Amino acid sequence: MRKNAVAVVGAAETTELGVIPNVSQIQLHADAALNAIADAGLKLSDIDGIATAVETPQQIAHYLGITPTWVDGTSVGGCSFMLHVRHAAAAIEAGLCKTVLITHAESGKSMIGKQPRSTPPDSLNGQFESPFGVYGPPSMFPIPVLRYMKTYGITHEQIAMVAVVQREWAAKNPRATMKTPITVEDVLNSRMIAYPFRILQCCLVTDGGGALILTSADRARDFPRKPVYIAGTGESVETPMVSQMATFNSSRAFKVAGPAAFREAGIAHKDVDHLMVYDAFAHLPLYGLGDLGFMPHEETGKFIADGHTRPGGKLPLNTNGGGLSYMHSGMYGMYALQESVRQMRGIAPAQVKDAKISVCHGVGGMFAASGTIIFTNEK
Amino acid sequence: MAEPARAKPKPTPETQHFWDGTRGGELRLQRCDACANVYFPPRPFCPSCASRKVSVFKASGKGKLYSYVINHRPAAPGFTPPYAIAIVELDEGPRMMSNIVDCPQTPEALELDMKLEVAFEKLDDAITLPQFRPAKG
Repeated sequence: MRKNAVAVVGAAETTELGVIPNVSQIQLHADAALNAIADAGLKLSDIDGIATAVETPQQIAHYLGITPTWVDGTSVGGCSFMLHVRHAAAAIEAGLCKTVLITHAESGKSMIGKQPRSTPPDSLNGQFESPFGVYGPPSMFPIPVLRYMKTYGITHEQIAMVAVVQREWAAKNPRATMKTPITVEDVLNSRMIAYPFRILQCCLVTDGGGALILTSADRARDFPRKPVYIAGTGESVETPMVSQMATFNSSRAFKVAGPAAFREAGIAHKDVDHLMVYDAFAHLPLYGLGDLGFMPHEETGKFIADGHTRPGGKLPLNTNGGGLSYMHSGMYGMYALQESVRQMRGIAPAQVKDAKISVCHGVGGMFAASGTIIFTNEK
Repeated sequence: MAEPARAKPKPTPETQHFWDGTRGGELRLQRCDACANVYFPPRPFCPSCASRKVSVFKASGKGKLYSYVINHRPAAPGFTPPYAIAIVELDEGPRMMSNIVDCPQTPEALELDMKLEVAFEKLDDAITLPQFRPAKG
């Protein structure tokens, strides 16, 4: 895809984040969409492309009153929105549509107008994972981490530091759910969820949503906000069964999506000013740093424990506080994208000074899917 | 009132041979007749070379502990926490999810790479689950 040919011209989250018991999931989509449309200075009738996940594009298009010429219902878990950005950029470049709205919302905590997830007993997951006691992401996503720790010599304290550092970022963010500082001891003494992970190493469960509006870079100049260009993109999937990953020492989906985005953007790792790695659980930033090629996996734990990703560090990571401390409605990828856009616009609560390139990396399912978007504010 | 039962698999035509095997005390895998790739979960073609000529065979039932969590909460129906959800790397190569029986469910007892052997747990007349225990000797 052509670098910087498409830009984000509208970006917003739901009016509220956290616990929102008085709004249904589809209305959270609409709230985020209307906020993004206002942010872009557009009308609903200007939207001719729509993408969403879990909810279908027809549900969202009908609810909002949009008649699209292009739709994308890619639903591969929490990174679906990274894939939507990639697909939308390609569609705009190909002339299939001009102005794309991507929405996410989830009543993850209050469960208003949300179908519970279920695994059919005759699916492969239902036959070869469910009978062995997996029960929701906390029992599944951490399964690879003991192997990863043994292979690379990563310590429990180093992984605890992921949560500590992200809480430092969250403390700077008025919209973050958890802002009270924590220590490594706090993390390692918090309630056990699925050994080796304790509750402070698991994401929050909240309500909320977000929406993005994309158009061509040529048109983007006429919008009220500073355009944020799509410099590079990548995507992949591996397996819906965490037990069947090719290895627990790495994510194949990460290793396909991340480097593809770097190649497309034509940048080196030293050029990256700001990084988001979807952190449903505390080990994900380590996998991200290694698989995206920032450093060998052996060094990821020490890099975070040494403070290089904290405020003032050389690689600011998960600057909204992440899924661990900012919010996590179930499909967090949209919030990582929102933070990258804020950083590129220069309006983030914990703004990284003079940031020009932001890498935003998402995961879907339990390492099942991945999407990477590289943003820049310089064309 | 009876305890809630653990999630029970429902075989499909492509996986029936596996569940027939566990019911008879065999752990079955598939091997590609063309490229010799051994794979899991079951499907009637080789995911490595796409050949439809594949054979079912009885695996050794031996393997080692590749990784695990010890789940505390929330617990799945039919399980009493804490319980380990383990990934077993079979001697033939494929990995599968299972549980570790006849072993304390603690980090001290569950050592990565420990040798394991298959055990079978009958759920009902149709379904027997493969479980693993520390290998003897």
